[in-house]
Amino acid sequence: MQKSSFALRQFGKLTAQGERICHDNLVTIPFVVSLSNHERNTFARGSGVTFSSKAKPNTWTPEYMNPLHQIEQELKKCVKCGACRAHCPVFSVVGREPVSARGKIALARAALSGKVELDARTRSDMSKCLLCGRCVEKCANDVPTDLIVLAAREALARRRGITPFYRMAGILLRNRGMLNAGAFLASLFGPLLFRKVPASSGLRLRFPLPYIGGKRRLPKIAAKPFLSRHPEVIPGVPGKPRVVYFVGCMTNYLYPEIGEAAISILKSIGCTIVIPKDQQCCGFPALSGGDLPTFRRLAEQNLAALENHRADYIMTSCASCGGAFHRMYPKLLAERCPDLAERCRSLAEKTVDAVELLEKLGFTPGDERTETYTRIAYHDPCHLRSRGITRQPRELLASLPDVRLVEMEAADSCCGLGGTFNVYHYGASMGINARKTSAIRNASVDVVATACPGCMLQLADGLHQGAVGTRVLHILQILARGVGQGKDTFSR
Amino acid sequence: MAGRLPARIGVLMATAGFVRELKKIVGSEHVAVEQQDRVCYSYDATQMEFLPDAVIFPANADQVSRILRLANREKIPVFPRGAGSGFSGGSLPKGGGVVLVTTRMNRILKIDTDNLIAVVEPGVVTGDLQDAVERLGLFYPPDPASLRFSTIGGNVAECAGGPRAVKYGVTKDFVLGLEVVLPTGDIITTGGETYKGVVGYDLTKLLCGSEGTLGIITRIVLRLLPLPETRTTMLAVFDSIDGAAGAVAAIIRGRIIPTTLEFLDHSALACVEGEFSLGIPSAARAVLLIELDGEKDLVEKQAARIGDLIRPLGLIEFKAASDAAEAEELWKARRLVSPALRKVNPDKINEDIAVPRNRVPDIIRRIDGIREKYGIPIINFGHAGDGNIHVNIMIDRSKPGESEKAEEAVREIFRATLDLGGTMSGEHGVGLSKAPYIPMELSGEQIAAMKAIKKALDPNNILNPGKIFPE
Repeated sequence: MQKSSFALRQFGKLTAQGERICHDNLVTIPFVVSLSNHERNTFARGSGVTFSSKAKPNTWTPEYMNPLHQIEQELKKCVKCGACRAHCPVFSVVGREPVSARGKIALARAALSGKVELDARTRSDMSKCLLCGRCVEKCANDVPTDLIVLAAREALARRRGITPFYRMAGILLRNRGMLNAGAFLASLFGPLLFRKVPASSGLRLRFPLPYIGGKRRLPKIAAKPFLSRHPEVIPGVPGKPRVVYFVGCMTNYLYPEIGEAAISILKSIGCTIVIPKDQQCCGFPALSGGDLPTFRRLAEQNLAALENHRADYIMTSCASCGGAFHRMYPKLLAERCPDLAERCRSLAEKTVDAVELLEKLGFTPGDERTETYTRIAYHDPCHLRSRGITRQPRELLASLPDVRLVEMEAADSCCGLGGTFNVYHYGASMGINARKTSAIRNASVDVVATACPGCMLQLADGLHQGAVGTRVLHILQILARGVGQGKDTFSR
Repeated sequence: MAGRLPARIGVLMATAGFVRELKKIVGSEHVAVEQQDRVCYSYDATQMEFLPDAVIFPANADQVSRILRLANREKIPVFPRGAGSGFSGGSLPKGGGVVLVTTRMNRILKIDTDNLIAVVEPGVVTGDLQDAVERLGLFYPPDPASLRFSTIGGNVAECAGGPRAVKYGVTKDFVLGLEVVLPTGDIITTGGETYKGVVGYDLTKLLCGSEGTLGIITRIVLRLLPLPETRTTMLAVFDSIDGAAGAVAAIIRGRIIPTTLEFLDHSALACVEGEFSLGIPSAARAVLLIELDGEKDLVEKQAARIGDLIRPLGLIEFKAASDAAEAEELWKARRLVSPALRKVNPDKINEDIAVPRNRVPDIIRRIDGIREKYGIPIINFGHAGDGNIHVNIMIDRSKPGESEKAEEAVREIFRATLDLGGTMSGEHGVGLSKAPYIPMELSGEQIAAMKAIKKALDPNNILNPGKIFPE
C-alpha cells in the first residue's frame, strides 16, 4: 500500500448527467503528487486524532472503523421513520434511498456490522451529501447525520486512502504559500487559459480544470489576495469593540470585495479590526474529504492565529467557515481531539457571522426611504439557517432606504454547492440549484443577496446558465454602499 | 459452509438470469442489486430488516405487469414499496425476493376542478398532492403524520388515517377508482371517475388497505373537497381523562364535528414535560387539541360554543390560537411526544389500537393497569375523536426478558381493546408485526374468506407473501 510517491489514479469520469463517479483504480494519469513520509505516517497513525472512551471497538474490527465506532450511539438514535426523505436536497433529485439520511445511517451501521464493505460504492454513497444540515434540523430524534457522514468519510479515507482530489486540496490548504502562488499565476494566465463569459454575470471564467469540469464558471481570481492587502491591525475608536476578522479562502482569493465591504462597514462603526496574517483555511474542505489530520492541523493553526488578539468578537463573512467554527470544531474536533476541546468551545462562543455582529452593534445603514429602489431577495445559506440566523440579514436589508426586500419561494433551501459536493456531483448540484434559479426568476428581483461566498458562486452559475440577469451580491457589499463603499454596486 | 456453497451458487445463478430479465424490462439503471442498495431497501419504520435480492424501479403499469408475469413464471416474490415509512413491516422483503419501488411513478396526471377529482400515480408524495390541489382551492383531507414523505400509493395500500379522520374519514373514503396490476400481471381498473358506481363488486374498497397483497396500484382516482376558508386551533387541559373524554362527547353531542380531536394522556404529558419543561400545569391529566375548519363565521361561533361546552368538565386551561404561529405553539406538546419517547427507552413498540370513542377512558385505565402489572413505560396519545390511540411501549431490548414482557403486555392491550369493541389497528395495518395476533380479532372463517380471495388473485403467492396472515 505504501509507496514513496503515488500516481493520482484518476480524475473521475463523467456520466451523461454530468455526475462524476468516483471509482478508484480506474484510470492512471501521469500526474504525480508526493506526500512526505512524515505526512503519510502521521495520517496512518491518526496524527494526534484520538478516540474518546465512548469508542469501544470490538477487538476484531479494524482500526479504520474507529470513527464509526465513535459515533455508534448516534447511529442508534435513527428510528428509520423516513422524515429526512422530505428534506434532503440531494434525495429530491436522485430519489434513491442510499442518498437519504436514513439510508446513509443504515449504510454506516451496516459497515460497522460488516454487512457492507467500505468500498468504492459506499464512498460514492457517502459523497452524496451537501452537509447542509437540513435533515439534522428536521429530525425528530436529533440524529446528527452530518457528523455521521463525516465519520463515514473519515473511515473510508482511512480504509481506502484519501481521494486524489481531496489529497491535492489538502496539500494546497496546508501550504498557504503554494495556494497564493497558484492564485497569482491563475490571475495572470487565467484570461489566456479560460474562456471568458459576459462580465455582467459576475463570473468571468469558465474553468477547464480537472475536477472543476468544463461547465463550472468561477469569478476572476484576485491578483492580490485579500489577506495581503491590509495591515494586520486597523485601529478604531477607543471604546468600540475589537473585531478579529476570519476572512476565509473564497473571500481571500475569489471575492476580495466582500472583505473590502466588511472592512469599510466595521471602520464606519469605529471597530478596531484585526486581520490575523497567519489564519488558514477553516478546514471544512479537508474534513469533507475525511482528511482529519489536515483538518486538525488547520484548526490548530487557526486557533493559534485567532486566540491571542483580545477579540471581543471573531467575525466571519462566510456562512460555511462560521459553520465549521460553530459545529465542526466544538462538536466533531473537540470530541476527537480532547486536548483541543476547550479552545474549540471558546472559539465557537466568540465567533459571530457578520450579519449577527452588525445587528448586535446596532448598525443602521439607512434613513429616509427613496423613490427609486432596487428589488432584492435574500437566499439563506444553510450554515446560517441551521443556526437560526434568518431574521437578521432580512432586517438589515429591509432597513436600507433604497431597497425593497422581496421574499422569494424556497429562500431557505440549499443552493446545491455543498462545498466539494459539486466537484463530484456537478449534475446533481446544478439540479438542486435549478429550483433556486427558477425561484429567483419568479421573484423578478434585481439582486439576490446572500451571506456566503459559496452560495454566491453557485447561484451566479445557475443564473448564468439559466440566462437570468439577476445579480448576486454578498449582503455586506449591499450594506457597505451606505458607508461610501461601492456606490455603484447595483449598476453593471 | 462448504455444504451450503453449491446451493448458494445455484441461487445466485438463478438470480443473475432473473436480474438480466428485469433489466430488459425497465433498463439496467433501474434495477439495483449491489449490497448497498439491498441494505437500504431492507427496512421501514419498524426496525425490522430483511435483505431483498434486487430492487426494481418501474416507470409504468406495463412494466409492473411484465415484472409480475416474470415473477410468476419464476415463482420469485415481489414486495411493493413506496417511501418505506410504514409501521407494520408491510413492505419488507421477508424471505428475500424483489422489492418493487413505486417512486418513479410520481406524476399528478389530472386535477379536475369541475368534477373535484385528482388522478395520480402511486409514487406521488401525499403532501405534494395536497399542496398541488390546495393551490387550486381544493382539499385532499387525509393527513397521516408521514404525509410529507409517504406516498399516496402506500397510503391507499395501507388505508392511512390521520388526525382529520374525525371529520373527513380516512384514505379509503377518498378513493374513487384504481388501476391495479394483479399478481398474475393482468392490468385492471376498478371504480372510476364518478362518485357513484355499483356495477360489480367494489374492488376499490377491497384493495384499499390490502397492504400490497392483492395487486400493485399504478393509478389512483381521488375525490377532492373545496378547501375550507379558515382553520382554528384550541388547546384544552383537563384534570382527568374522563374530563377530556367528556369534552369529546359534549362537543359531538353539541352537533359540532371538529377537524381534529387529538389527545395526550397523563403518561404522555409527564413524558413531554419531563424532557422539555413546557410548563404544562402539574394537575393536568389529559390535554385535548381541537381544530375546526370551515367558513370563518361558523368556525368562530363553534369555537365559542366549544369553550362553553367543555368549561364544566374539569378544565384547567383553555387556549385558542389566533394565527398559524400560535397554532403551531399549541401543537408543540403533541409534536414533542415522539422525540421525548426516545429518552425514556431506546426501543419503541408502537401500537395503534382503536376503540369506540366513548370507551377511551376505559381503555386508558386498562392500559394503566397493564403498565403497573408489567412495570414498563407505556405512553398513550392519539386521536380522541375517533378512538384511535397510539400506545407506545418503551423498552430496552438489550435487557434480558424485556422483549418477552413487552410482547405479553401487547397481547393484553389487544385483549382489552377487543373487549371494549375495538380493533387492534386503526391505521398502521397488520403487515408482519401484527400478523401473529390477528386470530385474536378475526375468526377462522373470516381469515379463510380472506385467504380465499388472496389465493384466487395470487395463485402462486408471489405478491408480498407472509403479510397479514399468521404463518
